[in-house]
Amino acid sequence: MGILEVKGVNKRFGGLQALGDVNLSVKENSVHAIIGPNGAGKSTLLNCLVGKLIPDSGSVMFDGKSVLGRKPHEINQMGISRVFQTPEIFGDLSVLENVMIPCFARRDGAFRLHAYETVRKEADIREQAEAMLEDVDMLDKRHMTASSLSRGDKRRLEMAMCLVQAPKLLLLDEPTAGMARADTNNTIDLLKEIKAKRDITMCIIEHDMHVVFSLAERITVLAQGTPLVEETPENIKGHPKVREAYLGEAQV
Amino acid sequence: MLGLERKDTYLMLAVAFITLFAPIILNPFPAGSALAQFNAGYPDLMQRFVIFGIFAIGFNILFGLTGYLSFGHAAFLGIGSYSAVWMFKLLSMNVIPAILLSIVMAGLFALVIGFVSLRRSGIYFSILTLAFAQMSYNLAYSVLTPVTNGETGLQISLNDPRILDGPSNGGLPVTSLFGAEMRDSTTLFVGPWSWDFSVGYYVCAALMLLAFYLSVRIFRSPFGMMLRAVKSNQQRMNYTGLNTRPYTLAAFVISGMYAGLAGGLLAAMDPLAGADRMQWTASGEVVLMTILGGAGTLIGPVLGAGFIKYFENIFSKINDGILHQWFAFMPDGLENVMVTLIHPFIGKGWHLTLGIMFMLVVIFLPGGLVEGAQRTGRLFRRRDRNAGHVESDAARQRAAAE
Ligand SMILES: Nc1ncnc2c1ncn2[C@@H]1O[C@H](COP(=O)(O)OP(=O)(O)O)[C@@H](O)[C@H]1O
Ligand SMILES: [Mg+2]
Repeated sequence: MGILEVKGVNKRFGGLQALGDVNLSVKENSVHAIIGPNGAGKSTLLNCLVGKLIPDSGSVMFDGKSVLGRKPHEINQMGISRVFQTPEIFGDLSVLENVMIPCFARRDGAFRLHAYETVRKEADIREQAEAMLEDVDMLDKRHMTASSLSRGDKRRLEMAMCLVQAPKLLLLDEPTAGMARADTNNTIDLLKEIKAKRDITMCIIEHDMHVVFSLAERITVLAQGTPLVEETPENIKGHPKVREAYLGEAQV
Repeated sequence: MLGLERKDTYLMLAVAFITLFAPIILNPFPAGSALAQFNAGYPDLMQRFVIFGIFAIGFNILFGLTGYLSFGHAAFLGIGSYSAVWMFKLLSMNVIPAILLSIVMAGLFALVIGFVSLRRSGIYFSILTLAFAQMSYNLAYSVLTPVTNGETGLQISLNDPRILDGPSNGGLPVTSLFGAEMRDSTTLFVGPWSWDFSVGYYVCAALMLLAFYLSVRIFRSPFGMMLRAVKSNQQRMNYTGLNTRPYTLAAFVISGMYAGLAGGLLAAMDPLAGADRMQWTASGEVVLMTILGGAGTLIGPVLGAGFIKYFENIFSKINDGILHQWFAFMPDGLENVMVTLIHPFIGKGWHLTLGIMFMLVVIFLPGGLVEGAQRTGRLFRRRDRNAGHVESDAARQRAAAE
């Protein structure tokens, strides 16, 4: 039994079968990559895991509990954090505040009327957030407004916001897209470091094969909404079905 | 001080100073002088400044922090006034129970209206709040006449029970705070100046300072940070494990309670409540106040409220006769031209002046009057620094020459 069990998930958008009978099992404390051509349904699958979309049929179990029918904030409180394909951050707030908010969410839950306390006096939360920013090399930018960051920094900030919650399962949707090579390598190192430091399961969608092969223990190839193969990185490289999926895309 | 950062403490002290000395500050012109009509230091107007300041401070907690633009906040103002008058009729002319009931009732209504309206955001939210407020307004006029006394408005009368006060001897009783009558005031004459210190004003001012202090605390609290996060990115909030609904609802109820307090105070100054107070124009006014002063800033709403109330009361009083006096030194023809030119902007035309000002602010100072003040401040500071550079350059040259 994996920490995440997806069984027979279907999702249609009008006439388009975005997900067709998807089965996926992610082992606890592993890094599982999902690859596939554009439009294969990878993001749609993640949307079904975090409560953004509800599948037409099938089941999604996390940590032995069903995720379906729960609100996004409840699913996050169960221990799933997600990095989006286009960074979702609090653009009007400072970088530090962006990371403090997830800390508050962990400590105080989905809602608390802490209207008479003072943010400045929350030393623990602040330290926690600053330590996280240090880890992603962004401490010097903590007073910047988040919307003024470069695209790469926005991604790293979002990753910091997810990691600081110490989730059991971290979902990453193309975390290195649009990053320079050096930043990509930093991200790989960061994820490896986090992985080494504590127990965390990661499910990563990626186009960059370098990232996939550096991190993943299992790889699922998704094409047109259906998983083609699930294999270890060594076995996936020359796999004929994988070639086919990607060549199919190249011809279009 | 009081758990505030130094910067906020200074702001708080400045506001306290201005409010406490408002009767003097707002009366800069000697009584009887030609400019005396620009004096705003009379109790009735000063009370309006601080009461509508409270209304706008509360509105800003909702609109300035979460970005939810309510177009129906006057409903809570009206509910506050009706509640207070009922308290004056049934219990006592003491303003404390009246104000407490105003806050509680407005809070309860805000809970219900907010619960429904906050299911939508953006323009749909605004329309829902507007609909609720118009509904309250129309109900107050018609079906609810037994509670609101319809068109006449709710007033105190001699036959009211007033359980705590006992039967009144003689005329209509007046609102008071443990015996100190709200309408009482002392006038201080200093040379040609005269300053009115009114009990009612100081009661309102004290509550405004408290309301302002609480709003500063909310702005600096984790809760306030969450409200700003709501405005910035609700999606990210949800996927960070935060439930946005109770946060927005709490902000809505808090701002409704502020409006209730303001409504209660209006009735405490003049024990009378009419449905007009709930009309959509009144809801629109608080939106204007907040945006004009600077939405999302601490002091902006108070400034905006002061500005609008000043225009409403001072510009509207200037008439053609006064204009003729001002321009009397000009040749007759020119005098008439000037009066004709200025005429549309004064008296009943004060709305035009206000409208133009509002447009200028929104276009050139999207951060409101507060942004204007900040820009001016920065301009001066830069000039100082440049002056400093010149001096130090001169010093360096001198040193090099020696
Ligand atoms: N909300 C939606 N409404 C309609 N169609 C959608 C929606 N989300 C995704 N799709 C479609 O589903 C397919 C899979 O999209 P997506 O999951 O984003 O692919 P990937 O992330 O693998 O590139 C695409 O054809 C896309 O256009
Ligand atoms: Mg995608």
